[in-house]
Amino acid sequence: MEALIAIAIGTLTASGIYLMLRQRTFPVIIGLTLLSYAVNVFIFAAGRIVPGLPAIIAKDAAGYTDPLPQALVLTAIVISFGMTAVIVLMALGSWLEAGHDKVDMDDEETGK
Amino acid sequence: MMHHWIIVPVALPAILAPLIILTMRYDLTLQRVFALAGTLALLAVAGALMWSSTTTPAEVYRLGNWPAPFGIVLVLDRLSALMLVLTALLALAVQLYVIATDWDVRGRHFHALFLFQLMGINGAFLTGDAFNLFVFFEVLLIASYGLMIHGAGKDRLRAGVQYIAFNLVASTLFLFALATVYGVTGTLNMADLAIKVAALPEGDAGLIRAAAILMLAVFAIKGALVPLQFWLPGTYANAPGPVAALFAIMTKVGAYAILRTTTLIFPPETAAIGSMVADLMLPAALITLAVGAIGILGATTLPRLAAFAGIASMGTIFIAFSAFTPQATAAALYYMMHSTLAAAAIFLIADLVTDRRGNGLLTAQPRFAQQGLIAGLFFANAIALAGMPPLSGFIGKLLVMDALRDNAALIWTVILVSSFFMVLGFGRAGSVLFWKSHAVGEPADPHHSAEPLAFVAIGGLLAGLVGLTVFAGPIMGWLEVTAAALHAPDAYITANQLPPNTTEGN
Repeated sequence: MEALIAIAIGTLTASGIYLMLRQRTFPVIIGLTLLSYAVNVFIFAAGRIVPGLPAIIAKDAAGYTDPLPQALVLTAIVISFGMTAVIVLMALGSWLEAGHDKVDMDDEETGK
Repeated sequence: MMHHWIIVPVALPAILAPLIILTMRYDLTLQRVFALAGTLALLAVAGALMWSSTTTPAEVYRLGNWPAPFGIVLVLDRLSALMLVLTALLALAVQLYVIATDWDVRGRHFHALFLFQLMGINGAFLTGDAFNLFVFFEVLLIASYGLMIHGAGKDRLRAGVQYIAFNLVASTLFLFALATVYGVTGTLNMADLAIKVAALPEGDAGLIRAAAILMLAVFAIKGALVPLQFWLPGTYANAPGPVAALFAIMTKVGAYAILRTTTLIFPPETAAIGSMVADLMLPAALITLAVGAIGILGATTLPRLAAFAGIASMGTIFIAFSAFTPQATAAALYYMMHSTLAAAAIFLIADLVTDRRGNGLLTAQPRFAQQGLIAGLFFANAIALAGMPPLSGFIGKLLVMDALRDNAALIWTVILVSSFFMVLGFGRAGSVLFWKSHAVGEPADPHHSAEPLAFVAIGGLLAGLVGLTVFAGPIMGWLEVTAAALHAPDAYITANQLPPNTTEGN
C-alpha cells in the first residue's frame, strides 16, 4: 500500500515536472495540475495511511485516522483549483494578445 | 479590549474589498474614498498594535476561540507589528500615487484587488500557524495576479503567465514542505513546532532537514534569493509601476517568513538543523547582492533597473540574516524598512518617467515634463539605494557591516564593491535619462499634467527615508529589543498557551 502510493506520487511529480519544463503554456498548465495532484496525495499520506477507519472518534470503531490532513487536502484542492482556473484564463488571454502560446519571453519583449 | 484589534488588519480589507466590488463598482470616486479611508484606518490600527506590542512581549488571538495548537492563532509581536505598519505606510503612498496618475482607470477593480492584497500581506505577517501562512500567501498571490496584469497588454499578460506558473510551483513546494513537517511532528502551530522540532528524536533529523530546506526554498522564491530570483525582473519590470512598488513589500514577506521560521522553528541551536541554513544562505545572499548590483549596471530599461535594485537590497538583508545574531538581525530589520520605502520610490519614479516618455529605455531621448523635479527625486533615491551618505541606506549598510565583523574580509568586500557598482549604475542611468536628454531634440510632451499628488506620494516615501536617518538611534534601540525577542522566542511560545501534554509528540 505504502509503496503503491509512493510510486503514484513519484510518477505524478516526475510527469508534472517534465511537462512544466515544456515551452508551450498548455503542457505547462497540465504539468502544474499533475504536480498539485501529487501534493494532494502526499498531504493525505502525511497523516499515515490507515485503511478502514473513520476520520472522527466513534464508539464502535477500533480507532480513528488523523482528520487534519484531510482538511488540509480540501483547502489545498480548492486553492489549486482556483489558481489553475486563473492561469488558464491568463494563458488564454496572452495567447489571444500575442498570437502564440510560448512561455518564454524574447529579449526584445522583456525590454519595454 | 486591545485584544480583538489583532484581527482588524485582516478583517478590515476583507470586508471593505467585497463592499467596493458589490456596491461601488461604477463609481470610481467612491472607490477611491473608501479604499483610502481603509488604508488610513489600517495605518492607525497598525500603529496602535505597534504601541501595544512595545509594552507586551507577544499577544495571541484565537480564531474561533479554539486553543492552540488545535485552532489557528494570530500572534502579534514586535516584528509582525513593525511589518504591519510598514505595509500600511507603503500602501498609503502607492494608493495616493495611483489616484494621482489615474492608474485605477486603466482597468477594473484596482482598489478591491489592492485591499485583498493588503489582507493577504497582513495575514501572512500575523499568523502563528504554518498552514495558515500558506493560505495567506495564496490570498496575497491571487490578488497580486490580478494587480500584475492590471491594464493588460501583450507583454504584461505573458509576464503574468510566467509569474503565476512560478508561484504555483512555489505553492506546491510549500505544501510538500508542510506535509512533511506535519508528518514528522504532528502539528502546524509555529510555537508548537518550535518545541517539537527542538525535541525531535535523532532518526527524524533527516526528514525535518529536508522539510526545512523545502520551506526555506519557498520563502527564498518570494524573497528573490539567488538562484530563485529569475521571476522577479520580468515580473516587476512588466507590472504597472505602482503595483511593482507595492510588490516591494512582497519580497519582504519572504524575508519575514524566513526570519520567523529560522529563529522560531529551525534555529541553529537545534541539533537537527545546526548551521545548515546559514551555510546555504550566506553564499546565496552574497551572490544575490552581486547579481543585483551587476543587474543595475547592465539594465536596459528603468523598470528593470528598479527590479535589480530590489534584488540587491534583498541580498543585503539575507547576508545579515545568515549571521543569526541579534545584532545582525536588528541591522537587517533596519535595512529592510529602508529598502521597502526606497525600492517602492524607485518604481514610482520609474513609472513617472515611463509615463512621460512613452518608454522606460535607458537611452538619450528628448526632455519631458517636470524633468527637473523627477531628476531631483531620482538623485535622492539613488543615493539611498546605493547606500551613500547621508541617507538611511548608508546607515543600514554600516549597521549590517558592523554586525558582521567575523567574516569581514569576504562580506565587506562584496557589500562595498557592489555598492560601487550600484553607484556607477545609478549614475549612468541618471545621466542618460536627465542630462543627455538636453542634447536631443525638442521636449516631447511639455504639457503633461503635473499630478502633484504623485509627487507627494514619492516625497512621502523619501521623507520616510529621511525619518529613518534622523531617528536611526531610537529606531535601532526598538529593533534591538525586537531582534533579541526573535532569537529567544520564549515569550512568543508561552503566549500560545499550549497545553503541556502536546509536547509528548504524536
